[in-house]
Amino acid sequence: MLAEIGQIALIIALLISGLQGWMGLQGAHQNDRRAMIFADRAAIAQAVLCILAFALLAHAFMVSDFSVKLVASNSHTSKPLIYKFSGTWGNHEGSMLLWVMIMALFGAAMVWFGKTLPSGLRARAIAIQGLTTTGFLAFLIFTSNPFERLSPIPENGVGLNPLLQDPGLAIHPPFLYLGYVGFSVAFSFAVAALIEGRVDAMWARWIRPWVLLAWSFLTIGIVLGSVWAYYELGWGGWWFWDPVENVSFMPWIAGTALLHSTLVAQARGSFIRWTLLLAITTFSLSLVGTFIVRSGVLTSVHAFAVDPDRGIFILALLILATGGALTLYALRSGKIEHGASFDLESREAGLVLNNILLIVATATVFLGTFYPLVIDALTGDKITVGPPYFERTFAPIMSLLIVFMAVAPLMKWREDNWQRIRKTLIVMGAIAVLLTIAVMVFGKTTFGALGMGLAAWLLVGTFANYGRKLRIGERKSNIGNLLKRFSLLPGATHGFALAHLGLAVCTVGIVAMGVWSDEEVDRLKLGESISVAGYEFTLESVDRAQGPNFISEAGRVVIEQSGRQVAVLNPEQRMYPVERNNTTEGAMDVGALRILYAAKGEGNAEEGWVVSVYYHPLVIWIWIGALMMAVGGFASVADRRHAFARKTSPSSSAQPVAAE
Amino acid sequence: MTWSRLAPVGVFFVLIVFLAIGLTRDPSVIPTEMIDREMPSFELTELRDESVLLSNQDLVGQVTLVNVFGSWCVACLQEHPTLMDLSRDGTVKIVGVNWRDDRQDALDWLTKHGDPYDAIVFDAESDLVIEIGVTGAPETFVLDASGRIRFKQIGPITPDVWRKVIRPVIDAIEQEATSAS
Repeated sequence: MLAEIGQIALIIALLISGLQGWMGLQGAHQNDRRAMIFADRAAIAQAVLCILAFALLAHAFMVSDFSVKLVASNSHTSKPLIYKFSGTWGNHEGSMLLWVMIMALFGAAMVWFGKTLPSGLRARAIAIQGLTTTGFLAFLIFTSNPFERLSPIPENGVGLNPLLQDPGLAIHPPFLYLGYVGFSVAFSFAVAALIEGRVDAMWARWIRPWVLLAWSFLTIGIVLGSVWAYYELGWGGWWFWDPVENVSFMPWIAGTALLHSTLVAQARGSFIRWTLLLAITTFSLSLVGTFIVRSGVLTSVHAFAVDPDRGIFILALLILATGGALTLYALRSGKIEHGASFDLESREAGLVLNNILLIVATATVFLGTFYPLVIDALTGDKITVGPPYFERTFAPIMSLLIVFMAVAPLMKWREDNWQRIRKTLIVMGAIAVLLTIAVMVFGKTTFGALGMGLAAWLLVGTFANYGRKLRIGERKSNIGNLLKRFSLLPGATHGFALAHLGLAVCTVGIVAMGVWSDEEVDRLKLGESISVAGYEFTLESVDRAQGPNFISEAGRVVIEQSGRQVAVLNPEQRMYPVERNNTTEGAMDVGALRILYAAKGEGNAEEGWVVSVYYHPLVIWIWIGALMMAVGGFASVADRRHAFARKTSPSSSAQPVAAE
Repeated sequence: MTWSRLAPVGVFFVLIVFLAIGLTRDPSVIPTEMIDREMPSFELTELRDESVLLSNQDLVGQVTLVNVFGSWCVACLQEHPTLMDLSRDGTVKIVGVNWRDDRQDALDWLTKHGDPYDAIVFDAESDLVIEIGVTGAPETFVLDASGRIRFKQIGPITPDVWRKVIRPVIDAIEQEATSAS
């Protein structure tokens, strides 16, 4: 009965969201207030219905209602409750329901937070959001029905892929979708603006918090995925340039470009067309990502159950949404005014460079990801593009980006000259060069030295910016005054600094991992050892044990450094009898400066066990840096000057925000 | 209308064409890693006689079906009659891999349903099964006379699968062997 209620809720939500689109567009067109209010209420009703459907599915998973086919084929009574719950979205149908629910929630949020928007723009944006959700609800109901019943009812379920029974993975998809789907708001606003044919700095200010929010969530989602892949897959890496990783990374890079171009658009009224195009592109890349993952056109470790019909449906959605938006762009963007001009030595110029580099980076990842598909389509050959391509093309672009991102924020809007910031640049350069030389001498690596130099350049440049904002060195710069000035700085300044420092920290981690990480694999009998980077790993014992729903074979590995015991690791192999699947649970000792990692493979007492050990310097800096970026994003959302946080009066909306 | 405004939608539709073509292709047809590799070496006991050790040498000499099964496996029962038929006609050598089973349960199961196997590797600890990348039971490997894995069937061998898929593979292997000699 409950499953049927969920089913009906989804069908009503489908009808309502369609009406939301129709009434919103019509209402805006005829300036009919009642129609627009209807669209508002429809957005909220639709969100409530989607939450209800999701809650009912989650309930079915938690009580193991195997009459629901999805539960029977993805769950099992022996599973811990938390994984029964997270199992709701550990499969194609449930994860699409989560996607739709989040999309409907964003639609409702647009109603709640958009009270001060011009009514026409608002109604149109809500209408477009409604139409996009209609597409996904139809996809869910017609190709991926989560509430399908099963008869006869099986005694127990098939189980969840053990790889997915993990806390990191339980929360990874929700964050990822908050990011992907969050960009739909910017998309809806872009399309609404194109329909209106009128865009101004205010528009950019409206979409910025949504972009920041989506971007920050996506950042967290990607970090969680990376951490999960690191400790669960046991391949000793944090990023694999796997197609599914790439399709989450592309909207992230494009989103980064978008949030920087909105900065120019809101402060200076320039870049409006470009910002529109980026808003459409970013969400479209999320859609392409969904298409890739759900249709199985590219092979990946992450693939969901593959069904070509679903691929066709998403492709149709993509054509309608992106094709429609871009056609509208071709027809209408001519009306939109160019913004103010700017000098070559200005903050705008820096942001232009930022956008060009980020778009080139997106294109690089895009080409590498889709090259196999294109080659297959043209010649029928099956090829794969490996990490070397991505590393060789992506790293130089990002390096160039870092060079400029340390400088551009120091420049003034519109026009500036190098002389003004010369001293700061000399200090930054000196520190970066000294560090580069030091690393080259002591670390004996040119690549590592240049990377560390870059990170230092960015770090110092960002702090210099803080210093200028706090007016260090001016009169009355005692600690008390500095703290007061610090607390008075707008959220966006802290957000900017945190995000840029985060990238510096992340770069340090990436470079260290690229240059100094080390690994060894060997077959070890009890008492034997291998050493890596000065650490000696000894396999002392191997024991079997029974877990809640698996059988474990755990090793005891003692790590010593110059004769002193550093850590004891218990790498495991788990066998899940229900799912008939094995997983390798690597064990690690996490330190601020390094992770020591051991994984145990197949073996027996006579021949020994295959043991792989890794030394990973500064690897957690990568994730900490990325999380700093996300926190920076959230800090900027909270900026009091955003329309998001406070109602703006007409007088304040006329003056451009001095954006950071 | 300027080209710069038309470019995005143009690029997008080129992409769509490729995505659409991509939908008609199956990238996963890339064969299993183990195909064309030697059977990994193993040493495990014979299910029916604990004192007999079987190794990969027992899989060399003629074309062999290596069938992974267990008494716990429902789908294995589905293919069992087909295997019994093949065994009765002596079409091909069939070696069983009894996976994650209890010795007595497996023997009882064979007594009840018939025993089509020329030899049965008892692999309770998944030693061999993991080496050859088995994802579930039943799964059947076709080995040529030199002991190399040439084909892998995931799921039960029904008469249809035998006729349309496995028989042709065996014929091709035998053809190859006669033309080589």
